[in-house]
Amino acid sequence: MSAQRTLLDERLAAAKSSERLAFLPFLVVGDPHPEGFIQMAKAMVEAGADALELGLPFSDPPADGPVVQAADLRALSAGITTEKAFELMEQVHRQHDIPISLLVYFNLIMQAGAEAFFERCRAVGIDAVLVADVPFELSEPIFRAARAAGVSPVCLASAVSSSERAKTIREIGEAYVYAAARVGITGVQQTVAESSLGELVTRLRHAEVTLPILAGFGLSRVEHIHAVRDAGADGCIVGSSIIDQMARHLPDIDAGVAAAHRLAHKLSVATRTKA
Amino acid sequence: MIENGFYGEFGGYYVSELLIPCLTELEKAFVEIKDDPSFHQQLKHLLNNWAGRPTPLYRSAWLSEELGCEAYLKREDLLHGGAHKTNNTAGQGLLAQRMGKKRIIAETGAGQHGVATAMIGALLGLDTTIYMGAKDVARQAPNVARMRLFGAKIISVESGGASLKGAINDALRAWTERVHDTFYVFGTAAGPHPYPAIVKTFQKIIGEEIAEQLGNIGARPKAIVASVGGGSNAIGAFAPFIQDESVMLLGAEPGGDGVETGRHGAALSAGRPGSLHGAISYVLQDKDGQIGDTHSVSAGLDYPGVGPEHSHLHACGRAEYAPITDAEALESFVQLCRYDGILPALESAHAVALARKCKSRFGKGDHIVINLSGRGDKDMDHAMNTLQEKGISL
Ligand SMILES: Cc1ncc(COP(=O)(O)O)c(C=O)c1O
Repeated sequence: MSAQRTLLDERLAAAKSSERLAFLPFLVVGDPHPEGFIQMAKAMVEAGADALELGLPFSDPPADGPVVQAADLRALSAGITTEKAFELMEQVHRQHDIPISLLVYFNLIMQAGAEAFFERCRAVGIDAVLVADVPFELSEPIFRAARAAGVSPVCLASAVSSSERAKTIREIGEAYVYAAARVGITGVQQTVAESSLGELVTRLRHAEVTLPILAGFGLSRVEHIHAVRDAGADGCIVGSSIIDQMARHLPDIDAGVAAAHRLAHKLSVATRTKA
Repeated sequence: MIENGFYGEFGGYYVSELLIPCLTELEKAFVEIKDDPSFHQQLKHLLNNWAGRPTPLYRSAWLSEELGCEAYLKREDLLHGGAHKTNNTAGQGLLAQRMGKKRIIAETGAGQHGVATAMIGALLGLDTTIYMGAKDVARQAPNVARMRLFGAKIISVESGGASLKGAINDALRAWTERVHDTFYVFGTAAGPHPYPAIVKTFQKIIGEEIAEQLGNIGARPKAIVASVGGGSNAIGAFAPFIQDESVMLLGAEPGGDGVETGRHGAALSAGRPGSLHGAISYVLQDKDGQIGDTHSVSAGLDYPGVGPEHSHLHACGRAEYAPITDAEALESFVQLCRYDGILPALESAHAVALARKCKSRFGKGDHIVINLSGRGDKDMDHAMNTLQEKGISL
């Protein structure tokens, strides 16, 4: 549906044609501080990221779990503003030629003004945006502003989303579908609800959603990645567990980045192998 | 969803797609009971016999003299549990039961909504968990003990300023994770649609009784004055009078150390429209939209947002909102104790202080009603310490 094929579309398609899952680490922009974030982003690219999903830090992120919330607060304490975050994302995008999908809470868009916000996204090289707290019914003006700026609006779905909502995704979604691998919030968990993720993938395909389906929420182990593949999804987004690896070493950022890289690399390898 | 829940340009349900199934289920159940006489009969029975409604409308001789008009207190402090919160939790508790939910959760600031939720949880045999900011757990100790006695589990929340805002974040998270068996009893007229509508429906009994009780003495109110945290007691007291432009609607916001100090919670007086906790409303925030931490002597008003209908009433000028500082509230707190023998909640003391500030606008023979939303036993320790700090001797 998007007017133009983005770098993100290309990289997701490339992963698919080489029959592996796309791998998207999630980081909070500016966490734990600007330099640390730049190091983390580099480590993720080196670990095999196809794209980065980046969160714009927000003071009150109820759709995220404690690990991401703590990351948001670290970034904000480090003085990250919306504009500073855009500059950091531009730097990462340019340095590594890596596509970026942005996760953002609505108030940050509202205060910037939707038009200005998405134009700034486009200017710094962000290909797609997922607004964490705007449901489909209220998304029209926001999605319109995104499209007008050439940014792909991303839809979120979960096991509790109805088939009707799956059809809406076919109508309004671009770039990929973020499939919540469990009902709830982001965070580290023990098992992936493989059957419900499988059902969700089936429901989306049944509704003729042809976009890549990327599973996220709570992925932290090699078995999770295999479960995502078995469920029929096209890729995985891994956030809390990677951030957690980094955070537990703070203030030693080098050790934190190394630990995050180790986990990301292990999971990235798993996207290329079968169980 | 059946409706979008907008009040002018405010409201809506700005939540994760993942919360939509629970809000849809809730809205459907709410629409079903809204005009169901059997539900309202059950609720009325509970409110009258278990909770002690109707509450009195009491003429305060001292305030009448001070304000130069007929000043009445609507005695929600006498409601079971000690605050207006019980009106709402009784309604939502029965709704949870009708929906077949076995578990309820709630956020709480002052602990009054937590207590009122724990009470109904105990009565209806629902497993109850309360999210409360760590700062509030410390300053509202008696309410924490009461919740525990009623069998509720308390989760102390460190994030989000360790007060009401953080508690709502965590309760929303917990709901998202356990939608299938959990009902979220939201405590104020804010949050995503349908909560502002639900809470107003259950709190409007305050205003309806005011209209009836004044009617019994052949009077109509000139002004209704209430404190505004999220706005549930205020919207309940205002509700039947919103259409009647001859009634002044006055809301007291938490002015903390003074709006100019930045240490306050006056979202309508000093904030601007934003999206917080599922609705568009006035919010205290920085330039980018990061939500501020707030301050108020009163834990129940210590919140950077406000319900969307109040934002609408403010924007269109139908109601007026003004900040009341901690010091002003404390002064009225002490005076109500001294002259009326009533120990008000610090929240409610804000409403009394606002009425006193507005006295030039009331004339002899005017009937004004201050909603005394709760009693102040919970505030004793905190108030005594603050009075001492401020050098106010008793
Ligand atoms: C006694 C009392 N009054 C007022 C409030 C403020 O809440 P609302 O604005 O929802 O009435 C509270 C909240 O805890 C309260 O306990």
